Amino acid sequence: MTSHLYTEVERDAGVEPLTLDRREMLKLLGSGIIVFIPTKEHLPLPHSGQMPSRYPSDFNAFLRIGEDGRVSCFSGKIEMGQGIITSLAQMLADELDVPLTSIDMVMGDTMLCPADMATVGSLTTRQFGPALRRAGAQARAVLVQLASEQLGTQPDWLTVEDGVVFDRSNRSRTVSFAELAQGRRIERRLDERVRVKRPEERSICGRASLRTDALQKVTGKALYAGDIRVPGMLYARILRPPMHGASLESVDTAPAETIDGVTVVRDGDLVAVLHREPDVAGKALARIEAQYSRPEATVDNDSIFEHLVKSAPPAQEVASAGDLNEGKRLATEDFERTYLNRYVAHAPMEPHTAMAQIEGDRATVWASTQGPNWVQAAVAETLAIPPDNVRVITPFVGGGFGGKASNQQAVEAARLAKLAGRPVQVAWTRKEEFFYDTFRPAAVVKVSTGLDGAGKVIYWDYENFFGGSRSSEPFYDIPHHRVIARGSWGGRGGNTGAQTHPFAVGAWRGPASNTNVFAMESQIDIMAEAADQDPLTFRLNHLQNERMRRVLQAAADRFGRQWTKAPSGRGYGVACTDYSGTYVAMMAEVDVDKSAGTVQVGRVVCAQDTGEVINPEGVRLQIEGCITMGLGYCLSEQVRFRGGEVLDENFDTYQLPRYSWLPTIETVLVENDVMPPQGCGEPAITAMGGVIANAVHDATGVRLFELPMTAERIKEVLQRG
Amino acid sequence: MNQTIQFQLNGRPTSVTTDPDRTLLWVLRTDLGLTGTKYGCGASLCGVCSVLIDGEAIRSCVLPLRSVAGKEVVTIEGLARNGELHPLQQAFVEHDALQCGFCTPGMIINAYVLLAKKPDPSREEIIAHMDNNLCRCGSYNRVVQAIQSAAQSLEGAGL
Repeated sequence: MTSHLYTEVERDAGVEPLTLDRREMLKLLGSGIIVFIPTKEHLPLPHSGQMPSRYPSDFNAFLRIGEDGRVSCFSGKIEMGQGIITSLAQMLADELDVPLTSIDMVMGDTMLCPADMATVGSLTTRQFGPALRRAGAQARAVLVQLASEQLGTQPDWLTVEDGVVFDRSNRSRTVSFAELAQGRRIERRLDERVRVKRPEERSICGRASLRTDALQKVTGKALYAGDIRVPGMLYARILRPPMHGASLESVDTAPAETIDGVTVVRDGDLVAVLHREPDVAGKALARIEAQYSRPEATVDNDSIFEHLVKSAPPAQEVASAGDLNEGKRLATEDFERTYLNRYVAHAPMEPHTAMAQIEGDRATVWASTQGPNWVQAAVAETLAIPPDNVRVITPFVGGGFGGKASNQQAVEAARLAKLAGRPVQVAWTRKEEFFYDTFRPAAVVKVSTGLDGAGKVIYWDYENFFGGSRSSEPFYDIPHHRVIARGSWGGRGGNTGAQTHPFAVGAWRGPASNTNVFAMESQIDIMAEAADQDPLTFRLNHLQNERMRRVLQAAADRFGRQWTKAPSGRGYGVACTDYSGTYVAMMAEVDVDKSAGTVQVGRVVCAQDTGEVINPEGVRLQIEGCITMGLGYCLSEQVRFRGGEVLDENFDTYQLPRYSWLPTIETVLVENDVMPPQGCGEPAITAMGGVIANAVHDATGVRLFELPMTAERIKEVLQRG
Repeated sequence: MNQTIQFQLNGRPTSVTTDPDRTLLWVLRTDLGLTGTKYGCGASLCGVCSVLIDGEAIRSCVLPLRSVAGKEVVTIEGLARNGELHPLQQAFVEHDALQCGFCTPGMIINAYVLLAKKPDPSREEIIAHMDNNLCRCGSYNRVVQAIQSAAQSLEGAGL
C-alpha cells in the first residue's frame, strides 16, 4: 500500500467505525459521559457517489469533557497547515457552548480518534464537520438533561454559557460541565433527535480566530514525525535505485559496516543502513556499492505527450448534453486546441518521515501522513498483524498537498524496525522525496468548440488524457456538449493498469482540476475574443448558475478595472472554477518582460463562495496559499525525467515560488451562510493556470497552451508570434 | 576522529564530543535534542535549517560542527526570553504567518537577522532578504506583514 490514491478512495465504501474496545477506551480516557444515541443511520453524504464516510454515532468517539472542564476533541483528520486544528475546535465549541480555548484537539491517532478515510479532497469541514457538530449538540443536550435533574429545573429553563449550565430564572443556580462529568459514567439514550445550531445561533463559527497551533510552531516546540524520540531508536538510510524500474543486481555493504555503530540490514531489495545518528547512517550509505540493471528509457520530456495520447485507456463519459453533431452543424466558427500540462511535485517542506516501534505483535508508528488509517492498514499488512494492533500517531504534518496520501516511508520504517528489533525512523532526503513522489500527472486535453452566429458557445467537445475528470464538466451554458476522460491521476495511469507513467502519480492539491480549468478557461477566452467580447461579459453571457455569477461579479467589483476585448496589452486575466462545492472567480494582473519571457504577477483578486465560513481568517489563509503555491505550476514547476530517471532532485532545478514572486492578494468571501461549509483547501489553486494564461495573453497577444509558462516557452511563442 | 567542540548554545555553554565534520543540523537535532531546527533540502537551498551564529543566519544542514567552536549559536528554541516571545514570534502568531509551520523556525531566524541590521525595512527589502527561504504552503504575504509589524513593535520598544 505505497500509493493510496483518491481514485481508489472514491471507489472505497468507507472505513469501519472505531474498533477500540469500549473498556479500553474508558481506561485511556478516564471518566466521562457515555451516552448511546438510538439512531444508527449513517451520515448523509455531501452528494451521491462521493467518498461515503461512516463516523460513529456515539458522540464519545468525538469528544470527552474532562474533570477539569477541558474538552478533548478527537478527529482522525490531521493538521498539515490547512488550519482545521482551529476550525474544528470552533465548530465543537459552538455546539457545546464552551470557550474555544477550552478545546484540546487530538488528531490523527488511530487509537483515540474515530477512524477516518484520510485528510484529502478538501473534505474535513464539509464531511467531518457535520458529524462533529452533531456529536457536540448531542453531548450538550445530555449535559443539560443531567443539569436539569441536578438542579431540579426543567431543561427548557436552562441555558449554557462557557461550559456552565444556568437556570435562566435564577442565575445563581448553576452547574458546570466539569462538575456534571466528574467521576461519573453515564449511559443514557436520548429519545429525541437533537438539532445542531442554526448559523445565527452560533457565536464562535464565522468569527476570525488566529491559528491555535501558532505558539507551538513559532517556538520550535511543535513536533513533527522526525522530532519524535524513543529510547533505543535508530535512524535508517535506505539504498535507492538510480531510476524507477531498475533492479538490484549486486551490492557490497562491507565498506559501510566499517563505520562504528553501523548496522546494515537487508530484506530482498530493501537494503538499509541503521545508526543512532542519521547523518552517520547517510555517510555509511554512501559507501555501499551497488549495481543495478537499468531498463532502457522509452519516454522522456519531449515524447511524453505523444506517449500519453497513444497509451490512452478507453473513454469514460463525464458529462453530455444535446447533440454534438447538431452543435457542429449550427456553429459558424470552430476552435480546436490542445492543452498540455507537465508532471509537478508536491514538494512539502517536510519530506516523508515515519518511525516504527514494534513490541511483540503490536506496533506504534509516528508518521507524517494524510491517512493515518491507511498507514495502519499498510503496516498491519506488512507485519502480518491485525490492524487493531497497530497504533498510528500523526504529529503535525509539514505539508502534504496530496503527496502524503502515499505512505511508503511508514512501511519501510515498519519493515526495518522488525528486522532491527529496535525502533527505526525513516526520514527521506529531498532527493528521495523527489524520486518517490506521486507526481501530478502530465496530461493532454483536446478541446473542440464552436460559436454560433450570435456569439454564443454552441458546442463543446472535450477530451482529457490522464489528467482526471474533476472540474471538467462545464458550468457555462453550452447546449451541445460532451466531456470525456481517459485515465486519471491514480497509480501509473488510471484504471487500465497499464504502466503509462514512468513513475507513480497521484492527487496533487486540486487534482485534475488544475489541468481542466487551465484548458477550459483558456478556451473560453479564445472564444470571447473571437466573439468580439471582453472576457467578463462573455462569461456572464454564458452563466445562469447564480452562485458562479455572484462570485464573478464580486471579483469584478473588487478588481475595479474596465474589461475590454483581449488582448488589451494590460495583462488582465480572469478564470472561474467550481471545486468541492466551492465557487471561485479569480482575476489577475501580470507584467510580461517580452525580451526575457518572464512573468511577474502583480495582483490577484479572488472571490470565493465556500458556503458557511467557519474561520474567515483560515479561509483567507487557504486562498492566499493556493494563489502563492499555484504560481509554481503556472510559471516554473515541472519534473524533468528520462525514462524512470527523475532529473530534478532538489530546489536548485525544481523552482518553487519565492517571496519575490509575491503578488498583492485580495480575497473576497462571498457570504452564503445558509449553505453548509464546503471545501476550502484546494478550490482557489485550480483557477491559477487559467487566470495567469489568460492574463499573459492579454499582456502579449500570444497564448501559451502548455504549463508551466516558463520564460523559455514564452520567449519561443513570442518569437513565433 | 572525535573532538570536543565547545560553543554557546541559546545562552548556555555547550560541549559536544563527536566527529567535528558532522553537520550542525544533525548534532542539534540528535545529540542535543533541539528539534525546532528542521531538515528540508540538505543543500542550503530552502532555509528551514537556519540558525543564528554570532548574529548571522546560517544554514546548519551544510555547516560542519567544527566551525561553531567558540561561537554563539541561537536556535528557534532560544529566541523567547524568560517565557516572553520575541516580537517576531509574537507577530507571526498575530498575523497567522504560518500554515504547516515546518519552515517557520527558519523564517523567523532569517527575519531576526534582517531586523537586527535594518530595524525599519521596506517591503522590498524584506522580500529581497527573505527570498531564499522557501515556504510551500504559500504564507509569504503573511510573513512579510509579520516582519513589518515586528519591526514596528521593536522600534516602539526602543530595541
